[in-house]
Amino acid sequence: MSVPASLAANPRLDRWVGFETPGRVRVAIGKVEYGQGALTGLAQIAAEELDVGMHQVDLVNPETDMSPDEGLTVGSMSTESSGASIRFACAEARALFAAAAALRLGCDAGALDIVDGVFLLGGEPSGLDYWSLASEVDLVVAPTGEAAPKSPERHKIVGKNHPRLDLPAKVFGAGYLHDLAPAGMLHARVLRQPGFKARLASLDEAAIRHAAGGPIEILREKQFVAVLGENEAAVVAAINAAEQTAKWDGARDLSPALSETASLKELPCESFPSPVPPAEPSNRRRHTAGYSRPYIAHGSMGPSCGLAIFDGDELTVWTHAQGVYPMRALLARVCGLAPAKIKVVHAQGAGTYGHNGSDDAAIDAAVIAVRKPGKPIRVLWRREDEFGHEPLGTAMHIELTAELDAGGRIADYGTEIWSGSHTGGRGRCLAETALELPPAPPMIQLTLPGGVRFSGGILNAIPSYDIATRRVTEHVVQAPLRTSSLRGLGGPVNTYANECFVDELAELAGQDPVAFRLAHVTDPRARLVIERTAQMCGWADRGEAGTGRGLGFAYCRYRDRGAYVAAAVALCVDTDVKLERMWCVTDCGQVINPDACKNQLEGGMIMAASWALKEQVRLVGTGIASTTWDDYPILRFDEVPPVDVELIMAQDQRSAGTGEVSLGPALAAIGNAVAHALGARLRDLPYTRERIARTLLAG
Amino acid sequence: MVRDIELTINGQARSLRIDDAAILLDALRNDLDLKAARFGCGAGQCGTCAVIVDGEERPACQLEVGNLEGKQVTTLEGIGTAERPHPLQTAFIELQAGQCGYCLAGIIVGAKALLDRNPSPSRAEIAQALAWHLCRCGAHNRILAAVALAAERMREGVPA
Repeated sequence: MSVPASLAANPRLDRWVGFETPGRVRVAIGKVEYGQGALTGLAQIAAEELDVGMHQVDLVNPETDMSPDEGLTVGSMSTESSGASIRFACAEARALFAAAAALRLGCDAGALDIVDGVFLLGGEPSGLDYWSLASEVDLVVAPTGEAAPKSPERHKIVGKNHPRLDLPAKVFGAGYLHDLAPAGMLHARVLRQPGFKARLASLDEAAIRHAAGGPIEILREKQFVAVLGENEAAVVAAINAAEQTAKWDGARDLSPALSETASLKELPCESFPSPVPPAEPSNRRRHTAGYSRPYIAHGSMGPSCGLAIFDGDELTVWTHAQGVYPMRALLARVCGLAPAKIKVVHAQGAGTYGHNGSDDAAIDAAVIAVRKPGKPIRVLWRREDEFGHEPLGTAMHIELTAELDAGGRIADYGTEIWSGSHTGGRGRCLAETALELPPAPPMIQLTLPGGVRFSGGILNAIPSYDIATRRVTEHVVQAPLRTSSLRGLGGPVNTYANECFVDELAELAGQDPVAFRLAHVTDPRARLVIERTAQMCGWADRGEAGTGRGLGFAYCRYRDRGAYVAAAVALCVDTDVKLERMWCVTDCGQVINPDACKNQLEGGMIMAASWALKEQVRLVGTGIASTTWDDYPILRFDEVPPVDVELIMAQDQRSAGTGEVSLGPALAAIGNAVAHALGARLRDLPYTRERIARTLLAG
Repeated sequence: MVRDIELTINGQARSLRIDDAAILLDALRNDLDLKAARFGCGAGQCGTCAVIVDGEERPACQLEVGNLEGKQVTTLEGIGTAERPHPLQTAFIELQAGQCGYCLAGIIVGAKALLDRNPSPSRAEIAQALAWHLCRCGAHNRILAAVALAAERMREGVPA
């Protein structure tokens, strides 16, 4: 059996698991928790393979040199990739210990059972356990790939609900990086450049000190300006004054029109045309439509925070970024230190949903700390920093063309996408531009097995059906502002466009939308989630279009290889869209923690609803104009509908993540429900009152 | 103006020598080591810093300490602890009502203020009371259910 990738990259069992403390199991994982429940699920996998109780597992807080290097915690991949590795590592460790116990007891290893880490022979305690054998079993060994993990029908912990390990602290008011306050700590805030080319012409330090009203220090180097001091309120007053009085040359000047997706086709781009030759002229029925989503914000509840201390030789940084090793690489470059001199410790922050300000806040703190040795430096972004300077989720414009054959089946499907980069902001930060460091090394072009180019913009570019001819052209646009990863990258947006367009095609074919989908899919797992969702939402009783009440449906297999997800949405529309209920059925293969999966799927549906109805970043002048929650509204408690989620427990199938998978189907089901309610279709997100009115007037 | 200020927080007298225009949220987090109220926006728009002042839910980022003398301030720490959890906290854990959890401290404070004035709120009333609190992870339905569950248990006599 081949060793999973993360384990192969960290090929020593002791990096993953250990029995140093009697009665306790050390489990180290390279993925980080940000409320998605990843670590609880991974602990369940470890406990299952080792036959120890969940109460015996001590998860190592992710930290460089203490945790295996598993890169970034992204892409709904933790359970699949890290889970496979921890399962193998623990199965190997268990086999080594079982062999040692069998040798001592003079029995066959297969005759032994383990309960709570104690070896049983014939159902009776043998006097041996992991801890009594620890001195004679060497885990400083590479995995052999020979130990077989348990078969799913023997699972007792995997596949069962387990309360999230991180939640109690949060309910009692603790648990975040933001709460750390080492003795002697200085608060700091950073003045941001209004654009990468902006140069600081003047800074009125007297006015800044006057506004602070107490002792502060101003640190200025090239275009990097920070204010620091013991009193947080003074530091905040100072940075607000700095922002108001700083004069910049070469500041950005953005037209508000750049906020709109129509601008994407006018921007410089790099094009990747479809390798499939253009369609021959045919007399098949052809349909085209364009869909879009604007730039959106991650909108973390807690602005980003970083804490750093430099002792003159070694730098220690606490961060809520998505991976400690990628953060160390970035710190090494920006701070000019050897990686061996940098320790990065993960501490939880607010949900990031991708690449928000987390990396930048940690770098800000480190940049200041190396210039102020001996002092712990805490940088907390202001709300307007988070909205105004985090990398955005890129806008996308998608043009779809399909041909139906005489039988009303999709014969040819083409997708042309204009999108900013979904991953280009990774490994870069604001401070390096301000400090005028040499250009960052070029981003590595990611390739998938088979040499296929990876791009976040083309995920789920073709809907998940049996379609003979598929064409995907992508134009990677130079966005006017920094863009980077946001929950699902282009996948949810493409699924939104495709699954709304599939409803348009069903109408053209004169077929029911669910029946049309089922006619295009043979995979029984896909059919099951579609049929079950239709049943749950009462699809058979769906009324006429154009009554003001709508029921919409959508389906997708995430990234064509992950979870099967169907969603339905009931709503009504008058001047605004009012959501009434949402449903989702998901087959994500083997489920580790059903309730944690449902929590992710529910949350994804609600975030998608917020994108669909409310969210758009506004650009104007020097940058982002929507820098408060008033300017960037999200869905509220009194607007959230009940959500019913059902999981198909396919325990004999490979696990697939759930963190990103429900957004696309939820977006499209809302789009289709609104079209059903109005008898007219909106295609550009968000569905604002103005757009609804315009669509009705046009109809 | 810096002066001696006497606050009553979670039933305890707390003395501070502080600028009377200091913001309560800063005083809680930086001077009183009460970290449950969280900075979210600094503008009273998100609810992460909510506290109860004389029975009313308020954003601590909008309150000056000089105006709070003689008033009762309650933070999440005063509502319940891991050793003595409030029924709301028990219900939030039981229903796994939260993801990243950054909004939860403020939301539990808001729910406590609601249940103090309305012991049997409907789903719509809970949603209305919490409408100014933002949650980005989409844990809303679990949170609404957890508040309703706690209310039900408290009506049945589970001590708060």
